[in-house]
Amino acid sequence: MSGLSKGAEALLPPPGRRTRRGVEATLLVGGGIVAAITLLALVSLVWTPYDVGEINAAERLATSSTRHWLGTDKFGRDVVSLLMVGSQTTLLVGLVSVGVAAVVGVPLGILAAMVPRWWGELVMRANDLLLAFPALLLAIMLTAVHGQGVVTAMVAIGISSIPSFARVVRSGAIGVMKTEYVLAARAAGRRPVAIALRHVLPNVGSLVIVQASVSFAIAVLAEAALSYLGLGAPPGTPSWGRMLQEGQELLFVAPRLEVFPGVAIALAVLGFNLLGDGLRDRFDPRLEDRR
Amino acid sequence: MLLRIAERTAVLLVSLAVSSVLVFGFMVLLPGDPARVALGVNATEADVLRLRLEFGLQRPLVEQYLSWIGGLVRLDPGVSYISRAPIGPQIADRLQVSLILVVASMLIAVAIALPFGTLMAVHHRKASGLILSAFSQVGVAVPAFLAGILLITVFAVQLRWLPASGWTPPAYDPGMFLQQLLLPALSLGLVQGAVLTRYVRSSVLEVLREDFLRTARAKGLTPLQALVRHGLRNAAVPVVTVLGLQLATLLVGAVVIERVFVIPGLGSLLLDAVGNRDLIVVQDVVMVLVVAVLIVNFVVDLLYLAIDPRLRTAAR
Amino acid sequence: MTEAPGRRASPVGGMPPADAARSLLPPADVVRVRDLAVAVGHKPLLVDVDLTVRRGERVGLIGESGSGKSLTALAIMGLLPQELAPSGSVVVTGHGPGSVARSTSVLEAGERGLAAMRGRDVAMVFQEPMTALNPTMRVGAQVAEVMTIHGTVADRGAASRRAVDLLDKVGLPDPADAARAYPHQLSGGQRQRVVVAMALANDPALLICDEPTTALDVTVQALVLDLIVRGVQARDAGLLFITHDLAVVASVCERVLVMYGGRVVEAGPVLDVFTRPRHRYTRGLIGASDLDLARPDGGLYTIQGSVPAAGRFPAGCVFRNRCTHATAECETVPQWEGPGPEVGFACVHPVVHHGGGSS
Repeated sequence: MSGLSKGAEALLPPPGRRTRRGVEATLLVGGGIVAAITLLALVSLVWTPYDVGEINAAERLATSSTRHWLGTDKFGRDVVSLLMVGSQTTLLVGLVSVGVAAVVGVPLGILAAMVPRWWGELVMRANDLLLAFPALLLAIMLTAVHGQGVVTAMVAIGISSIPSFARVVRSGAIGVMKTEYVLAARAAGRRPVAIALRHVLPNVGSLVIVQASVSFAIAVLAEAALSYLGLGAPPGTPSWGRMLQEGQELLFVAPRLEVFPGVAIALAVLGFNLLGDGLRDRFDPRLEDRR
Repeated sequence: MLLRIAERTAVLLVSLAVSSVLVFGFMVLLPGDPARVALGVNATEADVLRLRLEFGLQRPLVEQYLSWIGGLVRLDPGVSYISRAPIGPQIADRLQVSLILVVASMLIAVAIALPFGTLMAVHHRKASGLILSAFSQVGVAVPAFLAGILLITVFAVQLRWLPASGWTPPAYDPGMFLQQLLLPALSLGLVQGAVLTRYVRSSVLEVLREDFLRTARAKGLTPLQALVRHGLRNAAVPVVTVLGLQLATLLVGAVVIERVFVIPGLGSLLLDAVGNRDLIVVQDVVMVLVVAVLIVNFVVDLLYLAIDPRLRTAAR
Repeated sequence: MTEAPGRRASPVGGMPPADAARSLLPPADVVRVRDLAVAVGHKPLLVDVDLTVRRGERVGLIGESGSGKSLTALAIMGLLPQELAPSGSVVVTGHGPGSVARSTSVLEAGERGLAAMRGRDVAMVFQEPMTALNPTMRVGAQVAEVMTIHGTVADRGAASRRAVDLLDKVGLPDPADAARAYPHQLSGGQRQRVVVAMALANDPALLICDEPTTALDVTVQALVLDLIVRGVQARDAGLLFITHDLAVVASVCERVLVMYGGRVVEAGPVLDVFTRPRHRYTRGLIGASDLDLARPDGGLYTIQGSVPAAGRFPAGCVFRNRCTHATAECETVPQWEGPGPEVGFACVHPVVHHGGGSS
């Protein structure tokens, strides 16, 4: 609202929004990181430089060398291999938890948008209540009863991500419900389920994708924290968080053992965050006007 | 206005009630008998039965729930299944510690986010804005406990300026207390600060585009004056929302940080109880955390009313 | 530029009485714009704009969206976004502290100088009253602020009292209550009155209004227009009134400039321009505004084609791609024909008026 006519405004770079180039760069970097990690995980399913189950006392705490690019841990296990296998846990937990959250949260959001106002508000209040339970807290509660495990972590993180999906989908769905083609469909007597599937769902798709990326980043963080606390992956399964926990006692001797998994975690989170940001800006209709 | 306050209070009370049911239900309805779980795999049937009777676990669920709630209201959370020690005093002690940590972290986060976020917004098209933006992206990606470990590595291990762990009550040794508080508070504060910075930035950017800022400039206010006198209060509303949400994250993040820095707060009480399978303690501590979050949200709601006069008389 | 002779020193902190000022001052330019040009990269948005407003004059600036009229106003206020590199000369002359005349060369002044000028020597009223005021600040405080910033009153208390007085003068019922109200408690018309009060608070030498009544209900429009006119008359201030509404210009202004495609295409006294327009665009505008006048086939008069996007106007005469009388000569920029920037037109094939008819 700078007092300029629409025509003149359009010639200025959009305020506060990334330029087209910026969005592409973000998508590239974020997508690149995510792709690299996925590749690493897939490769590690069939091959790693060294066997992570093998304990090699002779080579404990080795520094970087041509044999072990990033050195070894206190059991003599190759750090690169550990990181690779750890990425499996990270991606698996992220995938399942986001899947659970989406499968429950998206229909919930659409439902909350399509029912009469009163009910929708009630559902959202309950949603907000669930929002108050961060993943970690839920996971801790679950672990207290069930014992630790990857599945516990996945379920807990999944449940705690539901409110975000529900919220985002609901506000998107409300917008769709107000469009003319939905009004026309309702006037023509189409059943709500049909409207939900044919009209609402495709239109909130982009919102879901963006939220999925963001929730994935959160899941990575949560899984790392859980493993660090000893509540996630059990001792046998390599996980970046667990590597952090195991390495902490050796902080004064070999701080690098903390840095490598730490960087891996941060990179993964950064990748998913950038991907989510890039996708969000890519799907933003306001940006379309620029060309 | 009074109506708004009454409304918010009602919501708070209802949320408290519902949450307590949820927490209780969660712990109780999950498969697994609390007594058996507490005693472990080697317990005999007789032991289990004895424990159940001792703690009234054979009573109907509703009765157990009411008895628990009644106790909480009287500030008596009961007694540990494992140690038989009263839980109340432990929670009180640990709560103090956690509160200090959380408040300190919050202050650091706000002290970082307000100036940097505003700066990023004002310079959003210049190089300095982009650089700051990149930094905050990295800040968001680093989990607090990782930041803690890295800070320990630099400041305690390499430089030996600060202790790597531990906690001293402020009354005993203020100097040591501050030294031990600094790294943990920084770990939480820096990371949350990065998250908050992005919200401050987008909120300030929104406000900068508002018409009333143009009016302020036309009146003769410099851009800085316009931003401070007119912009900030309006930008505050979304930021306050996020602050409230962040408190939940902070409280939970503190749980992990307590492990990193070996701090005797609520978090370590919780984790120890989980390790010991002391379900009643877990139940109580979780409830305390939830209550804290709900109260904070309540206060945030009241703050809204103070900041934005439009909300005071908003029609339904 | 020119100083204002005969200006008495005012009582401490106060403003000289407006009627005294009127009788003593000869007409002086409050704003003088010469060769103003604004562009985004290579796309021109404003070219060769010349404009003058004198004390007590009411000048209209007509054009459709995209004509550059709002840009001209923003240029005078020094509020153009940085990316639009303005060139030329814009000089605003008002009375600074102590009522000594002061001139500001807007395009060269720093932010400090511009901030001192805005709200004091020149003030502006924008189009959207609903969003013009800070929603979290009481209305009276917002009016008082413009006075405390420029130090035109003795203290905060005096500013508050004068704010209430101003709100009364702009016709708000219960001005004391209104001063304590928040903007959302007022209607659009009332908010615009508050904005006018804020603009006139420091008795500026020039008031710029950019479509001030377009967003208001018709019944309120006349009231606010009346307010503006009486406000500038009481202060012997200049008025630059920007709008696309010819009827409003006819009733409010003495002189008018017509803008199209970032240029001034015609200028002159309102009556002359409206009854005997010379530029083809002006002719089209007048014809299109007259709903009683129909073509022989029964249709209304329109201008063929549509306004090109910003920066995409044709080279040479900006109107030639829509003009029924365009020829090859129109491919060069038409010269300004007239005694000065206040009267004249720039058209190669202007409308010719003989006696009663025109062609």
